[in-house]
Amino acid sequence: MAENTEPRIGVFLCHCGTNIAGSLSIDDVVNYAKTLPYVAVADQYQYMCSTPGQKKIDDAIKEHNLTGVVVAACSPRLHEPTFRTATREGGLNPFRFEMANIREQNSWVHMHGMWDEATDKAKDQVRMAVAKAAKLEDLIPKSVPVEHAAMVVGAGVGGMQAALDLASAGIKTYLIEATPTIGGRMSQLDKTFPTLDCSQCILTPKMVDVGRHPNIEMMTYTEVENVEGYIGNFDITLRKKARGVLTPTEATAKGIVGGGCNGCGDCTDVCPVIKPNPFEMGMAPRKAIYIYHAQVMPLIYTVDFDSCVKCGLCVEACGEKKAIDLEMQDEFITVKVGTAIIATGFDLIPIEGKKEWGYKRFDNVISSLEFERLICASGPTGGHLIRPSDGKTPQAVGYVLCAGSRDNTGGVAKPYCSRFCCMYSLKHAHQMYEKIPGCKVYLFYMDIRSFGKAYEEFYYRIQNEGAKFIRGRVANVLEDPETKNLHIFAEDTLLGRPVDIEVDMLVLAAAIEPKEGANVLRKKFGVSASQDGWMLEAHPKLNPCGTTTAGVFLAGVCQGPKDIPDTVAQAEGAASAASIPIHMGEVELEPYFAICMEDLCAGCGMCVNLCPYSALALIEKEGRTVMQVTEAKCKGCGTCGGFCPGGAIKMQHFTTPQIAAQIDAFFAGGVQ
Amino acid sequence: MADEWKPKILAIICNWCSYAGADLAGGARIQYPPDIRAIRVMCTGRIDMLFILKAFVEGADGVLVSGCHFGDCHYLEGNFKAAKRMFMIKNLLRNIGLDDKRFRMTFVSASEGAKWATVMENVISTVKELGPSPIKEFKK
Repeated sequence: MAENTEPRIGVFLCHCGTNIAGSLSIDDVVNYAKTLPYVAVADQYQYMCSTPGQKKIDDAIKEHNLTGVVVAACSPRLHEPTFRTATREGGLNPFRFEMANIREQNSWVHMHGMWDEATDKAKDQVRMAVAKAAKLEDLIPKSVPVEHAAMVVGAGVGGMQAALDLASAGIKTYLIEATPTIGGRMSQLDKTFPTLDCSQCILTPKMVDVGRHPNIEMMTYTEVENVEGYIGNFDITLRKKARGVLTPTEATAKGIVGGGCNGCGDCTDVCPVIKPNPFEMGMAPRKAIYIYHAQVMPLIYTVDFDSCVKCGLCVEACGEKKAIDLEMQDEFITVKVGTAIIATGFDLIPIEGKKEWGYKRFDNVISSLEFERLICASGPTGGHLIRPSDGKTPQAVGYVLCAGSRDNTGGVAKPYCSRFCCMYSLKHAHQMYEKIPGCKVYLFYMDIRSFGKAYEEFYYRIQNEGAKFIRGRVANVLEDPETKNLHIFAEDTLLGRPVDIEVDMLVLAAAIEPKEGANVLRKKFGVSASQDGWMLEAHPKLNPCGTTTAGVFLAGVCQGPKDIPDTVAQAEGAASAASIPIHMGEVELEPYFAICMEDLCAGCGMCVNLCPYSALALIEKEGRTVMQVTEAKCKGCGTCGGFCPGGAIKMQHFTTPQIAAQIDAFFAGGVQ
Repeated sequence: MADEWKPKILAIICNWCSYAGADLAGGARIQYPPDIRAIRVMCTGRIDMLFILKAFVEGADGVLVSGCHFGDCHYLEGNFKAAKRMFMIKNLLRNIGLDDKRFRMTFVSASEGAKWATVMENVISTVKELGPSPIKEFKK
């Protein structure tokens, strides 16, 4: 289209059912739009995003020879891509489209008795959008190749599933795990609800699959140090923490033939340092050279350099295998990937912060994960459920559900539902009856949320097994100093009376919070967080795996509390989404990059230092110093353009004349 | 009729945090007064000081710039660089005799819909208290 012709803008108002039309006068705004300069046609439709709505745009572009399109509807963050496509279908460059957000930022926030004000605001919004649309230019998105590799950060059940899916789709996948073994939280669990599958039995085969998949490069005891680049071309620097132990491959590379760790455990037998094992929630010992548990993947020992005294006994015990190197240092490696999935999981909140329940004050108050280890056949007690104070088998056990969840009192408490505590507490109750016939089980609950497939049926089953459900929050717990038994004080809200129940042991179904360090990690990937700290999905309903950083996806609890089936499902979704750009081979980036207008550039170089991506440089051109943009590096923030003292930087799609026209349109009351 | 005057307030807000926060307020139907019109930019770093001065010259009774929280910028540090410029705006306004409360920079994340509504209420009530911008006198 000729650049010099007078702009001809089409304006289309969407009713969005009654979402918009119920709060402001569409007719008034359409009639007003017709009076605006450059507007060739103004129209309305119930649902502009529907096929007939989009066809209106298509037809109008052709009929009225439009140079720009304005749709006044929902947020551009929702439907800008839709209408850009419609604009392109009509034969215009898709960037000749501008949206006026009269729903999220107008009709939905000015709903009651605000008809006139909302209508006036919509007129202003349309006027400003038309002003911008009149100055829009054709832009060509740049296509960049996508690296045929992906990264998954976090190797719990979600991360492992995502990695397996990506790898099985033929994509080289780096699986990064901060601890020495893959498996995550699920490997700490004994049984899983509602099927009572043994957690290890269903997880271990997956761990083995991950370990031997030719397309998966498993990197345990490794953390993400730095992320650079953009979709298709992320350069991710990893810190391979010093493990102190060589794998057979690493040993061979160093010329130690037949050497490297074979997992025999001779080293750990001789190690004199004893520390609590975090995998067993500190209830079992480990040495300074250790593995978490027998099923670790990879089966390679790790030296905890914080507690190692470097006595060298392990090196001696290892002998000819020469697997142990007590002088090992952290290594940094950079890998290139096209897309990445974050699957970092959760921690329990420090439930001792809820002082009334006595965790860490009373021996026999334990957290649900501690109970999980105590009842697990591979746990510290070999599956014999005993209570911490005296090693006796508890005959009466209380469970506090919503321990710190759905709690607005602040401190360590969380306002949200942690989603799986009801169900695992029911499972714990069942396991009590299984292990200790005739025992008493009391569950203190607010509501039982058994919403999943076969969950409600499981709830009935536990009720029939004899568990006592007491609807009420536990107000206080006191310990009998002699017996170490606990008195639970609560109000039974269904009977409307206070209760005092004596139990041998109390289990707190503690709320969960994002994994320690997840907040730092997400910022490296440019991922936002919701108010409660969980990572923010691109759209809560329509894009629950994506993030606002193109090419970065979320799987599992890092995005919000969810149980194992939901985690695995989201992981598969994230893997599918992450594989699309890789299989496409190239992606289009929005053409919002900076351009130097060399005539105006004085070569001062202020912008060069402002750019966070090192995309700008000063060059010599025709005897002058001017700035040059490396388009592939520019992400289009416009920080350079906002500062350039000479106005020499043009930020595409957000140019100074375009923004100035919007400001003029607001205050001057029309496009001049 | 004193309540006839409606302030004209311009907001320039970033796509990733504050614009998304404003959308979230909409999705949650959190109601707030309607006197602000927003321009979307990708990052507050894009905001030239001249945009704000232009708005005041054209007759803005108030201007709001809103971006991501520090450390949460989609472009690493654009909001930080913007904030430094915005301090200068405040200075400048004081020097030319405009109350610097007419200009504000806030930080509203994509998950802070309720905060966006509070910001709207605060900015509008502040500007309403200050009354029409004296610059309008020159334009008559």
